[in-house]
Amino acid sequence: MNEPRPTDLHPVRSRRPISEGSDWTFELLQAYDREIARVAAHYGLDTYPNQIEVITSEQMIDAYSSVGMPVGYHHWSFGKQFVATQKSYKRGQMGLAYEIVINSNPCIAYLMEENTMTMQALVIAHACYGHNSFFKGNYLFRTWTDAEAILDYLVFARNYVAECEERYGEEAVEEILDSCHALMNYGVDRYKRPAKLSMAKERERQREREAYLQSQVNDLWRTLPAKAAAAKSKKEERFPSEPQENLLYFIEKNAPRLAPWQREIVRIVRRIAQYFYPQRQTQVMNEGWATFWHYTLLNHLYEEGRLTDGFMLEFLQSHTNVVYQPPYYSRAYNGINPYALGFNIYRDIRRICEQPTEEDRRWFPDIAGADWRKVLDFAMRNFKDESFIAQYLSPHLIREMKLFAVLDDEAEEQLEIIAIHDDAGYRAVRQYLADQYNLGQREPNIQVWNVDLYGDRSLTLRHYMHNRRPLGESTAEVLRHIARLWGYDVRIESVDENERVQHVEECLV
Amino acid sequence: MTQFVDRRLSGKNRSAVNRQRFLRRFRQQIRRAVAEAVSGRKVTDLERGEKISIPARDLSEPVFHHGPGGRRVIVHPGNKEFVTGDRIDRPEAGAGQGRGSASPEGEGLDEFVFELSKEEFMNYFFEDLALPDMVKKQLMAVPEIRRVRAGFVSQGNPANLHVVRSMKRAIGRRLAMSGGPREALREAEARLAELESEGLGASAEAERLRAEIERLRARVAAVPFLDTWDLRYAHRIDQPHPSSQAVMFCIMDVSGSMDEERKDIAKRFFMLLYLFLTRNYDKIDLVFIRHHTVAKEVDEDDFFHSRETGGTVVSSALELMAEIIRARYPSSAWNIYVAQASDGDNWEDDSPRCRDILLKEIMPLVQYYAYVEIQAEHPQSLWHQYEYVKSVNPRFAMQRILGLEDIYPVFRELFRKKTA
Repeated sequence: MNEPRPTDLHPVRSRRPISEGSDWTFELLQAYDREIARVAAHYGLDTYPNQIEVITSEQMIDAYSSVGMPVGYHHWSFGKQFVATQKSYKRGQMGLAYEIVINSNPCIAYLMEENTMTMQALVIAHACYGHNSFFKGNYLFRTWTDAEAILDYLVFARNYVAECEERYGEEAVEEILDSCHALMNYGVDRYKRPAKLSMAKERERQREREAYLQSQVNDLWRTLPAKAAAAKSKKEERFPSEPQENLLYFIEKNAPRLAPWQREIVRIVRRIAQYFYPQRQTQVMNEGWATFWHYTLLNHLYEEGRLTDGFMLEFLQSHTNVVYQPPYYSRAYNGINPYALGFNIYRDIRRICEQPTEEDRRWFPDIAGADWRKVLDFAMRNFKDESFIAQYLSPHLIREMKLFAVLDDEAEEQLEIIAIHDDAGYRAVRQYLADQYNLGQREPNIQVWNVDLYGDRSLTLRHYMHNRRPLGESTAEVLRHIARLWGYDVRIESVDENERVQHVEECLV
Repeated sequence: MTQFVDRRLSGKNRSAVNRQRFLRRFRQQIRRAVAEAVSGRKVTDLERGEKISIPARDLSEPVFHHGPGGRRVIVHPGNKEFVTGDRIDRPEAGAGQGRGSASPEGEGLDEFVFELSKEEFMNYFFEDLALPDMVKKQLMAVPEIRRVRAGFVSQGNPANLHVVRSMKRAIGRRLAMSGGPREALREAEARLAELESEGLGASAEAERLRAEIERLRARVAAVPFLDTWDLRYAHRIDQPHPSSQAVMFCIMDVSGSMDEERKDIAKRFFMLLYLFLTRNYDKIDLVFIRHHTVAKEVDEDDFFHSRETGGTVVSSALELMAEIIRARYPSSAWNIYVAQASDGDNWEDDSPRCRDILLKEIMPLVQYYAYVEIQAEHPQSLWHQYEYVKSVNPRFAMQRILGLEDIYPVFRELFRKKTA
């Protein structure tokens, strides 16, 4: 720990705390917010304006169960989530909602009324200045989400789904949503830059799109009988000509039997998936950033004498719980805690800037001794989890967390420890950990390979295997969902590193 | 820059719709779980929520994910013993080796458990029984409270003013308050008349008397016609509507032919009657009588779970019941309800005897007697004898039951009386 002990610097006499005691009022919330905003500005955090909403614990459960979306369409899976959350909250298994914050402009954050003043201040610092500045600064969020329009779009989506339910029945809509949800992780273009969305534009365009799309799809198939003779020569051509990674997009544009409203629902799920895509890729960075800043901002206020000792004790206890990383042999171990990893890396970057060792100078010549605020800001803006770890995980931190890499190869009898926190292992551990956060490796790589245009119209997907890892047991079920959307047979085949293709599963309609 | 919004009052149950959809989607599984729960409960213990568990597999939302196998590297924290190149055995079933994506409920849970509220639970229970909505409502309702008269009080709201009482009190008060002055007035008037008749109408005494009379009249007139403390209001207090006591006899045939399934149907039959009684009576005693060739009073557990073999003599149970009624539940103090379940078997010669006991000893004492024959092949002698009882006594109901939905009609009369 390199933080100076604040009490040494400021005798208790010079303190002018914002408040004492644990009860909060709206005036106090405002006072704390003003102070935190002042310190955040001092450190150069750039944020959207904040909208802080005070809610009850029941409302917090509501918010939880709709993935934090303030408005969402109705679906049973949110109900299931709600039931589960309610249950574990009642049993006291989980403290509710450290924070929920929505990536929108203004940035909406929820405070729960049951919290103490300390917790409210912590959440304000964490969500309204930490996450908020991350949303505004990180390149993935800037590229993929439009904070201005998301609320409007969610409202549009909810109304559209409700309208469809009225017209076509809840069951029919639910079926489509189920199927789309199964493909939610495959509804993102990883490389293309998305267009902005907003409600008015969306509604107007949706009508045009409906008519246009339908005609397109019909055209594609209408040519069939006439060209039957010529088909043979075309057999070799695939459609799509290049494999497509965005399954939902492909289905939306090409599925032959979807009604226009069903296409629109596919689109809605796809766009919402896209909105959450950056969050899935920046968990460590985002949570680490927010945690680093609540820690830094509140400590700064304490040093200024604006917070009481009682406040600090309560704050530190809760902070420590958040960043605790149980070791692998602990019963509480459940993988690496993203809060802990992210917080540690940011703190370590600051240390490297402020008090670089000889080792740091060797590993990080660019940043050792530089202005930590600029370095941190750059790190926040230009990376995602995978590259962030590959760039900034230092030997110092690997030693501190005692990270080690285990190789689990099906072909071997035993597991093998392939790298630990020693000179030979630093680079390997860092690379393996970075890979672990690569979405492309975490989720199977599945692409649209071919549609049998001139035959039975069946759809073939390809799973590009990585390290021989096969698909899980739910594949057949997912295929059923795809077949429902596609309307004809669907197959999936795996391709290994040696280009050997092997049939995995099929769903015949 | 920061705006604070107080949303605490803007409604909670935003997820209510989603919860309902969840329940609807898994209706089959929940119904099954409720049916199991009902079988495990006591007759008197129907009205509470229940923890329902559904196999987690049924409600998983499938996504593409990696299966076990292949080659992977996982980084863990907290190394305390390993060096590069160490080989270790695979932990059992991958315990603790977190996979990339964990479901929010935590993986590896085979059961998804959640609570049904009392209302929801009752709804599922009723669903099987095919109750008319009216009756469901009646059974779900909180015990009714009736307002009954409880004398008169001096304070109340104007609508409850009791005019006759108030006027009576006013008269009494006026009499009491004006009694003295009136007496004096009468005397003064008599004296004045006397003086006038003597021709002394202008004397000083007459003048004094006239002034006196004037004063007394004013005093009498000043007594108010109706004063606040005359007012009386009708008083009403809340009294729980079901206010008397009832005893419910459950009679069941436990001979070998009553299998678990039949007992389960019988149990619901008893539960429904019990539920009805709880809506109408404060205190309910339950008496369980089971019988084969001999009858025995038992506790609930024995009633449903022990099994005996042998013939069936129904009259033994009826006799025992008559005896218990005489000894413990005089019909002057108790409302007596009987629910009898059987599969229809009875020793041939015993049936007429049953009819006689019913008609002579039991029916005069009971409020209602419901008999169900569960999954009987053909109506047998007992059924025919009971039909006779039914034809002469409107408080007797009987029904042949094949499934749960047939139970309600037995009680149709009973519930209709209540709703009418």
